[in-house]
Amino acid sequence: MTKGLEPIAIAANGLLDRRTFIKGGAAFAATLSGYTETQGATAQPLTDDSWSLIPGATTPPYEQRSRFEAKVTRTLTNPKGEARVQNARTPLHLSQGTVTPNGLHFVVAQSGAPDIDPAKHRLVIHGMVKRPLMFTLDALERYPKVSRMAFIECGGNSAPMFSPQPIQANLQTLHGMVSCSEWTGVLLSTLLAEAGVDPEAKWLIAEGADAPTLTRSVPLKKGLDDAMIALYQNGERLMPANGYPMRLFLPGWEGNMSIKWLRRIQVTDTPGMTFPESKTYTQLLPNGKAYQFYFVEEVKSFITQPSPGLTMNGPGTYEISGIAYSGEGCIKRVMVSADGGKTWAQAALQAPVQDKAFTRFRLPWRWDGSPAILQSRAYDDAGNVQPTRAEFVTERGELKAPLPPAAFPNQHFNGITSWAIDAKGEVKHVYA
Amino acid sequence: MFTRKCLGIGLVMSASVAYAADSPNLGTPVTPADIAAWDISILPDGRGLPAGSGTAAQGAPIYAQKCAACHGENGKGGTASALLPRGPVTSINGAERTIGNFWPVSTTLFDYIRRAMPWQQPKTLTNDEVYALTAYLLVLNKVIGESDVMNAETLPKVRMPNRDGFIVRFPGKM
Repeated sequence: MTKGLEPIAIAANGLLDRRTFIKGGAAFAATLSGYTETQGATAQPLTDDSWSLIPGATTPPYEQRSRFEAKVTRTLTNPKGEARVQNARTPLHLSQGTVTPNGLHFVVAQSGAPDIDPAKHRLVIHGMVKRPLMFTLDALERYPKVSRMAFIECGGNSAPMFSPQPIQANLQTLHGMVSCSEWTGVLLSTLLAEAGVDPEAKWLIAEGADAPTLTRSVPLKKGLDDAMIALYQNGERLMPANGYPMRLFLPGWEGNMSIKWLRRIQVTDTPGMTFPESKTYTQLLPNGKAYQFYFVEEVKSFITQPSPGLTMNGPGTYEISGIAYSGEGCIKRVMVSADGGKTWAQAALQAPVQDKAFTRFRLPWRWDGSPAILQSRAYDDAGNVQPTRAEFVTERGELKAPLPPAAFPNQHFNGITSWAIDAKGEVKHVYA
Repeated sequence: MFTRKCLGIGLVMSASVAYAADSPNLGTPVTPADIAAWDISILPDGRGLPAGSGTAAQGAPIYAQKCAACHGENGKGGTASALLPRGPVTSINGAERTIGNFWPVSTTLFDYIRRAMPWQQPKTLTNDEVYALTAYLLVLNKVIGESDVMNAETLPKVRMPNRDGFIVRFPGKM
């Protein structure tokens, strides 16, 4: 942008220098056009609409979003609450920034959300400790608290990517079981110190107060590091389906381990080999063996805008935007390609870039109306690089036949996602 | 350390780490008797298993009454997760992961049935009923003999067929 208003192309198919928007100012920004779910409006003489002619609504005690946003919702796999797991996916393609609104946070609930009276809820820490202890919510409120931004992702997120053909679904269906919030609570290490952990202890078994009293084993090392008893989500108490009134929160790790409705932590010298860690949250490998104790949600990114269902509104300049995150640390760099991975341009990262949290990346793009394939690739500061899908399935396998998008027999996919733009501006999921 | 520094942004949480170590000590001491109803985790070596016992013959009518509606008659069919293998797990395709072809540890059956089943009335089975259902499912999965008695002594000694089928993904984090 040092040469007047002409942006600098830095990779094939119209990817522009990431500083274009910042330096270009209003003149350049005015040429931007948005992605559409419907056709854009044509210019007409402006008039005062009805809402400009009468007083507005009374401010409610707890405000709901505009009725015009009612379509921005989670998608549910089990809306009637039948006797099986309930999944709710976050509409990442209709969101911006890095925070997931609480009502849109993804949910995996094995048997629904319990209706817990916080005054009666108790947290017990026992097992290999000097002093078995019980905590009320009121007591925990008096403890020193910490807040941190952190994503949480279901180990089964992105399972449709194991399909042999690209499943034609939107981002919400493909990658919607990840969300990011500011979590506030008490460090578990504080409570473990109060209980006095036996030096021989190596594991924690965490248990929820829901109907199946879901349990997962957590290495004590993680419990003494950054594990939190989370009480607040984006400044308000946890949502019922996200563990109200308290959940374990293990930054960067498989969501199922961050036990919701937490009622008990047993300190042990061995993992419990609980049902979820013995079956559901193991990862089958092509040789018939399976990974267990996968723990980490590895470095990953995807483009949220454009993405399937968000159509290009004619040739012109757009902002490619997406989310990157890593359970191993901070996002260091995100590269974007518009030619299916042949050439790459570095995207701008929205500050602050935070450890184990969503990082928003953006890059200007001059779409000339010809077909293009968009990809993003994330790098974290621990040295991990997001693999291509081909690299990923070479190691982890690929299904012989597609499964329903809601199924997730295979997990921990973190490969690159590709969106193909056709000449009409429609966006499709492809493997490239 | 709680949060790490990203791209030169200041480590603003460091103060709270020292702060967090200063606990108000508000935990209430509890005894094993206080928490007995919640202290239900079973460890793979059998620690935590209660008194009681059961056989497959005792488990069959309990299964028919309390489990078959979701898991199918004799463990076949049904809308809930499969309980019986349709073959070995040899790749990421094909056979569903079930007790006989996948679960590494026998005690998981007792632990999970007792805490989570039946789906609509979890934690209502007696310990004898849980042992009996455990025996019934292990027989259906051809892991134990038809007349084997399951109790706190015998269950942890049951060797699951796929016990060696696992690779720890992140051993350094354990």
